[in-house]
Amino acid sequence: MGYTLNFNLIWRHFDKLWGGLLLSLELAVISIAIGIVIGLLLAVWYVSAGRAVRTVIAAYVEFIRNVPLILLVYLVFYGLPTVVDIAYSAQTSFIATLSLYSGAYLVEVFRSGLEAVPRGQLDAGKAIGLTPWQRLVHVRLPTMLRITLPALSNTFLSLFKDTSVASVISVPELTYGAQWINFNTFRIVEVYLVVTAMYLLTGYALLYALRLVERRFRAAH
Amino acid sequence: MLGQIAYALPFLAQGFAVTLWVSLLVVVLSLVAGVMMGVGLVYGPAPLRWAVRIFSDTIRGIPILVLIFFVYYGLPAVGIHLESFWAAVLALTLFKTAQVIEYLRGAVGSIPKGQSEAAMAIGLTFRQRLAYVIFPQAFRRFLPPWINGVTDAVKGSALVSLLGITDLMHAINQVIGRTYEAMPLYILGAVIYFVVNYALSLASRRLERRFSFIRE
Repeated sequence: MGYTLNFNLIWRHFDKLWGGLLLSLELAVISIAIGIVIGLLLAVWYVSAGRAVRTVIAAYVEFIRNVPLILLVYLVFYGLPTVVDIAYSAQTSFIATLSLYSGAYLVEVFRSGLEAVPRGQLDAGKAIGLTPWQRLVHVRLPTMLRITLPALSNTFLSLFKDTSVASVISVPELTYGAQWINFNTFRIVEVYLVVTAMYLLTGYALLYALRLVERRFRAAH
Repeated sequence: MLGQIAYALPFLAQGFAVTLWVSLLVVVLSLVAGVMMGVGLVYGPAPLRWAVRIFSDTIRGIPILVLIFFVYYGLPAVGIHLESFWAAVLALTLFKTAQVIEYLRGAVGSIPKGQSEAAMAIGLTFRQRLAYVIFPQAFRRFLPPWINGVTDAVKGSALVSLLGITDLMHAINQVIGRTYEAMPLYILGAVIYFVVNYALSLASRRLERRFSFIRE
């Protein structure tokens, strides 16, 4: 059976996709920023804490990493308000979920980076009389960052793609826009071709930018 | 509340069986397709290498959800009619295949070139080199990440609920629709997914440790 591609309707509704892409990026940036804070704090705490704290942090990380994101999204948006007295928009709810989700992945990335910092560097820091705080900020974290940058880039990219799950609670991001056009115009193949291209271009542009940062960082040290 | 959930358990168990069935199909099909395409990527002629590279980078560059919708809504539009179950399996298999290709490339790439050259020097054919020299060694590198990656198939399978397939995720939502016990049921669902995936990631870690004695 023949299928004739016709992109006219896609361009007519392109604002749905363009606005969706911007919202996807916004969701990703905010969630990743919060996730970085969670990840850094917990990772630094983890490597210096006793057994009990480690177990709790590990439990958080393992739980989030082993449950589908869509279930977490439902749980926070539909489940949580039934037991605690809070009300939030779908968008806020998704940002909260993706932040906790990215936090768990980033703890893992940062923790393995911190543990890979050579012992000699810390001893050297101690030898020149740096305080523990100075050793953390000037020795441990910069070295850790350099070690983890490649893994970090990949995690960012996959979190950007994960924003598509927000469509299941009707957050009008890119995948939601695609579905809207799918159901309202039936130019199905066209809309998913365009959306695929948009995700690919954005994703690989992001990755390229992060690789540039990596290279610069490596040269600086 | 507990009574209602207990009443729904057989229904949830059926959904869970569908989740496992989808995951199993996806894992097996993607293993076969991924290993073949991975070998094509490492040893194939340039056009084949390019084709596999573009396939893998495209699939890995888009969200699974977009892939699922593309396959589910797109195939009938071009005249290919698949049951929603098989459309979902196909989409998830494409996603997993791209992963398997990369695991295989990484595992085979970690085998020193000398191994291949030595095998060539004693006159082994290409198939013999793969079967007796490269694969047995690459297997140890391939297995731990691959098992860990099975969790991605199980987690990804929760998205098929959006196509109206009654997997565990969809079963949970349906029971919530009738009972309004959202929180206990989502937590129950999370625990079930967690147990399956955590067991897989523990197995992966254990194997990795077991194989770690092997030196380069």
